[in-house]
Amino acid sequence: MTASARSVSSVPTVSSNRSTVWTLDALVQVVLIANTLVMLVPIVIMVFSAFKTNVQIFQSPFSIPDFTNLTNLTKIWTQTNFLRYLGNSFFVTGVSMLLILTLGTMAAYAIARYRFTGSGFILMFFVAGLTLPLKLAIIPLFILMRDLGILNSHAALIVVYVATGLPTTVFIMTGFIRTLPSELEDAARMDGASEALIMWKIMLPLVRPAMVIAGIQNVVPIWNDFFFPLVFIQSDGLKTLPQGLASFMGEYNTDWGVLFSGLTLSVLPIIIIYILLSKQFINGMTSGAVK
Amino acid sequence: MFTKQLTGRRLWIAALIMPPLVFVCLFIVYPIISAFAYAFFEWSGLARGDFVWFENFHKVLFVEPFASRTVNAFSHNVFVFFALMVFQNGLGFVLAYFLWRELPGFRFHRIAVFLPVVLSTIVVGFLWRLFFHPLFGPVNAGLKALGLGFLTQPWLGQDTTALWSIVFANAWHMVGFPTLVFLAGMQRIPGEVLDAVRMETQSEWVKITKIVWPLVAPSATVVFTLLFVGAFNWFELPYIMVGLEGSPHGSTDVLGLYFYRTAFGNQSGAPPDFGAGSALAVLIFLFIAIVAGTLTIRMRRREIEL
Repeated sequence: MTASARSVSSVPTVSSNRSTVWTLDALVQVVLIANTLVMLVPIVIMVFSAFKTNVQIFQSPFSIPDFTNLTNLTKIWTQTNFLRYLGNSFFVTGVSMLLILTLGTMAAYAIARYRFTGSGFILMFFVAGLTLPLKLAIIPLFILMRDLGILNSHAALIVVYVATGLPTTVFIMTGFIRTLPSELEDAARMDGASEALIMWKIMLPLVRPAMVIAGIQNVVPIWNDFFFPLVFIQSDGLKTLPQGLASFMGEYNTDWGVLFSGLTLSVLPIIIIYILLSKQFINGMTSGAVK
Repeated sequence: MFTKQLTGRRLWIAALIMPPLVFVCLFIVYPIISAFAYAFFEWSGLARGDFVWFENFHKVLFVEPFASRTVNAFSHNVFVFFALMVFQNGLGFVLAYFLWRELPGFRFHRIAVFLPVVLSTIVVGFLWRLFFHPLFGPVNAGLKALGLGFLTQPWLGQDTTALWSIVFANAWHMVGFPTLVFLAGMQRIPGEVLDAVRMETQSEWVKITKIVWPLVAPSATVVFTLLFVGAFNWFELPYIMVGLEGSPHGSTDVLGLYFYRTAFGNQSGAPPDFGAGSALAVLIFLFIAIVAGTLTIRMRRREIEL
């Protein structure tokens, strides 16, 4: 390998090497800065435009606006169902997350801490659900929701989100719970503590870091989901934020200032949380892909 | 006493396992199995009719106008997959390699590149739909401001650029994901290995092709497979940016849009067809499962344990 490596590179001397490294570093910085601009400029323009009138957006799309002009924001606040959509999203996401973390931890705890026949199979069963694109089963799901009488209700969304969130949660939590030492547990068992008490008082406080990872991995796709509400929800008063945004964008399609305000308002909560917790977000959202 | 404790324990395990298992069975396993079964029946609206063997499959694959629509949509999914492979995963690898040098400011760049990933596809879709607007969009305005006025065009309004524009929006949205997965892979390469390479060669190219690329193979397996599944499930972004019909003239039609239109009907009056819709769903599902499975197995072989 060495020989072939030498023939590819031109065996640089020490001084030329130093300058190559310097040029390379400069190139790297330029590319990274350019990329960061491409990532951030659209978001900045979106926020700027939220404070502009149509004329201002069309004539000077990149200028800094008058941030005290809240006409667009008040319009959204008073004339649309925006707050309602936001509330619905909070409710659906909150209930789903509570159920996912509770049920996911229960299953993971049983699989990781007890030896019983079929535990490996049950883990495999959960993990198999990781990669299945449930969108393609939307027709049977639609009919199932109708038969259960929960079509056009938040319950339809919550049960689907819980089912799709469980595989990742069980996977992450099982891996983590397996690494916990068993000494504490055994000592408590010797003292006659019940299994439920051991789980609740001793083990659960230790699994919080894994819960954060599993939580973030699920909360973002659930908060952002558009597909299932599109199929299950018809009443305007029940729509979640992405879905409400879609109908609101159609309604105000000529008032660009209001459109950009709507986009800005709907991403602001998640951007602020992301900036505050960027490390947890990055770890959480890539944890399925990074071992 | 002993047996009693054992049954109590069994009950306790069952109580922990059963509720989550029921959820997954009822809302994932049952619908997916049903999707396969539904494809073999005739449907009129929401009512299931006779068992018709492979008629629905035959319809979507060989009967016009379904057949040419299927082929058209499928070819676009293939294009989207390869385009994103280069502009999302390829760029992600380059960015990861650059971030890995940990030059001043890399923490900031890392946060910036991942920021769009946390946004909803709906917001990203609307944002770029407004940005690509031919008359008032900031993209054309920016090109004019840079003296590149001759490049301005109706990005989403013509066959030649519409699909590319959506691909661009997707890459902007998701490039942070492969970047940070690759970066995590690179950061796990042991220092001794890198020191040894430095002794052997000064060439960055050799370092990338012979050391970094083979050692981040597990990351590559994951992002390639996820991109494949994502590209053949593509729905939200084209739905928001160009609508359910894959306009203009079907030049952005993909399997997700086509499946949804077939199953639930569309504005131009085509009635819902659960039979043909289910057949499409089954075909897409099998295609994804077989290719993603093969891809994963073949790429896993390339991975090296450290």
